[in-house]
Amino acid sequence: MLRAVKKWAALVLCLMAGGTLASEPVKIGLITALSGQSAQAGESITRGLQVAIDEINAAGGVLDGRPLMLVRRDDEANPAKGVVAARELIHKEKVAVLFGGLDTPVSMAIVPLVNQAKMPFVGPWAAGTPITKNGANPNFVFRVSAMDEIVDIAMVEYAQKNFGARKFGLMMVNNPWGESNQKGLVAALKDKGLEPAASEKFDGDQVDLVPQLTRLRDAGVDTICLVGNVGPSAQVVKSLRRMGWEVPVVSHWGPAGGRFTELAGPGSEEVHFIQTYSFFGEQSPVGEKVIAALKAKYPDISGPEDITPAVGVANAYDALHLAALAINEAGSTEGEAIREGFFKIKQYQGLIKNYQQPFSPEVHDALSADDYVWARFIDNRIVPVALSR
Amino acid sequence: MDIQLVSALISGLGMGSMYGLMALGFYITYAVSGTVNFAQGSSMMLGAVLCFTFSQTLQWPLVPAVAMALLCCALYGLVVEFLAVRPFTRRGSDAWLMSTVALGIVLDNLVMHTFGREPRSLPSSLAITPLEVAGVNLAVYPLQLIIPVVGLSLALVLHWVARHTRWGTALLATEQNKDAARLMGIPIGRAIAGAFALSTLLAGVAGMLIAPLANVNSDMGTLFGLKAFSVAILGGITSPWGVVMAGLLFGVAESLITVTLGSGYTHIITFALVIVALALRPNGLFGRAAVKKV
Repeated sequence: MLRAVKKWAALVLCLMAGGTLASEPVKIGLITALSGQSAQAGESITRGLQVAIDEINAAGGVLDGRPLMLVRRDDEANPAKGVVAARELIHKEKVAVLFGGLDTPVSMAIVPLVNQAKMPFVGPWAAGTPITKNGANPNFVFRVSAMDEIVDIAMVEYAQKNFGARKFGLMMVNNPWGESNQKGLVAALKDKGLEPAASEKFDGDQVDLVPQLTRLRDAGVDTICLVGNVGPSAQVVKSLRRMGWEVPVVSHWGPAGGRFTELAGPGSEEVHFIQTYSFFGEQSPVGEKVIAALKAKYPDISGPEDITPAVGVANAYDALHLAALAINEAGSTEGEAIREGFFKIKQYQGLIKNYQQPFSPEVHDALSADDYVWARFIDNRIVPVALSR
Repeated sequence: MDIQLVSALISGLGMGSMYGLMALGFYITYAVSGTVNFAQGSSMMLGAVLCFTFSQTLQWPLVPAVAMALLCCALYGLVVEFLAVRPFTRRGSDAWLMSTVALGIVLDNLVMHTFGREPRSLPSSLAITPLEVAGVNLAVYPLQLIIPVVGLSLALVLHWVARHTRWGTALLATEQNKDAARLMGIPIGRAIAGAFALSTLLAGVAGMLIAPLANVNSDMGTLFGLKAFSVAILGGITSPWGVVMAGLLFGVAESLITVTLGSGYTHIITFALVIVALALRPNGLFGRAAVKKV
């Protein structure tokens, strides 16, 4: 009796194994913050990836019929946890492509690991310049997001074009992110034959920024370049209001990360900041399709104002489509082949733009300054500046 | 005088009295028991977070919201004393140094998980329109003038209570000689617990006053607590007026250094000044050396 059962079991197992081989899912890993302050940001990346995965699977998957499957891990915005999760997804789950989250320090911790394990790693959010410019050869890291170095150039150009800025004042949060953007902004200004009229730092929990801002005003600053997370950025706006100083503020995307209008109060709408995409206004056919898919899949989304943070959804959506194209170009789920596959992508009509040869051995960032959208808060919604005028 | 210096001065006095209030908390428990709650920053955060929760989330009117938040802060002070101080001092151990820090970290994380990590804003009608004098914007809110007033008044009240009430005399007696006080029938245990409750309550007041100027979140008190402790030591932890004065000095120094030399130098110079001051006067600017009579 026992022998018969064993025989049957063996047969069933064989059938199952044989049956799944043809359509064995290709796993896509995601490591981002899924809890705590940045939970919503992590969720937006998830949604962007999932909608793209659903589209691809509905059209027959990748590599002649294999569906994609998302495997997520929470890094709790902690580099050490990110590295543990990356090891698990690479060696145990055997994902084909790994996606990163929003924290630059977490991505920076994962970068050496993926380059060593020859695992393609795509960043849909974290903007730190050295994530993609990591010096490794071969470099397995790609990005579909803003990049600090380019954001700094874009901030300078935007301020010159829209506010006629000549005397730049830098307000940088006192942490590595502020430090790296300070360097980037000084370099961007130098390219224009300029230098900052004044440059100040501020701590994340500083209550009164009037002293710093007074120094900027005394130096004759006509436009402020701001880099800081949502809380510190709000403190800058509050202190400006207290001083009664009306000065244009051009910012990195920090304000987009929370309840900026509540924190900063009146004057918050005067801060113009970088985004890579906006679901407001007239949409391309791809935009219409993505909004419809999000509405159908997630009951809490009834319009563009619910697709937030928009950059997470949009970057992740395009990044996943590009990764799927790279897998198909590679013809396998082998890391080195997929890396080459990214370089072979000729064209892809995405959400953010029409990508033409987005990656090459020299260029690992698919987006450039021309792809950025300038936005501001109107009430609690992030609206492109062009539409809010 | 330059208008920027005036506004920096007022802003510095406001911040300084916050440090002073929290440092007073250090003074009170140190005077009575020779111990402090090293996580005063967390107590301050608790005041701000509870005030936000009662007044914004639960929509209570301001007075009961503030009263309830202060009551909870005082209760938390009792918990600190009961869990993190008493078990160790009873055995003559100095482990309360670590356990108060640990309890503060526990509180920070509890708040992070319940209140959320996202910073919130506590609005106040006193922090909307900046003050103007003769048509010149001083760049300070009325609240920033009220903060030093509240700070100094509380120091004054404490001074009066200590000198003129039975409870105050009991505290002073405990400070001077525990054994003699116990023999005189003063309930030492209760006096120490009361000192911790009061100390945490003062930190809570500081948290509530600062909240409309800052953002409310679970780690808002960390740096504050550290600075307040420096202030307590700078002032000489044995003198209530000393710690308040040191708080004001520290706040004004910070603000003036930022406005004259720039923010890059603020922490470097203020903390360097603290070290220099302590090197010159090891018992603090206003403190007395502890004399051990044998």
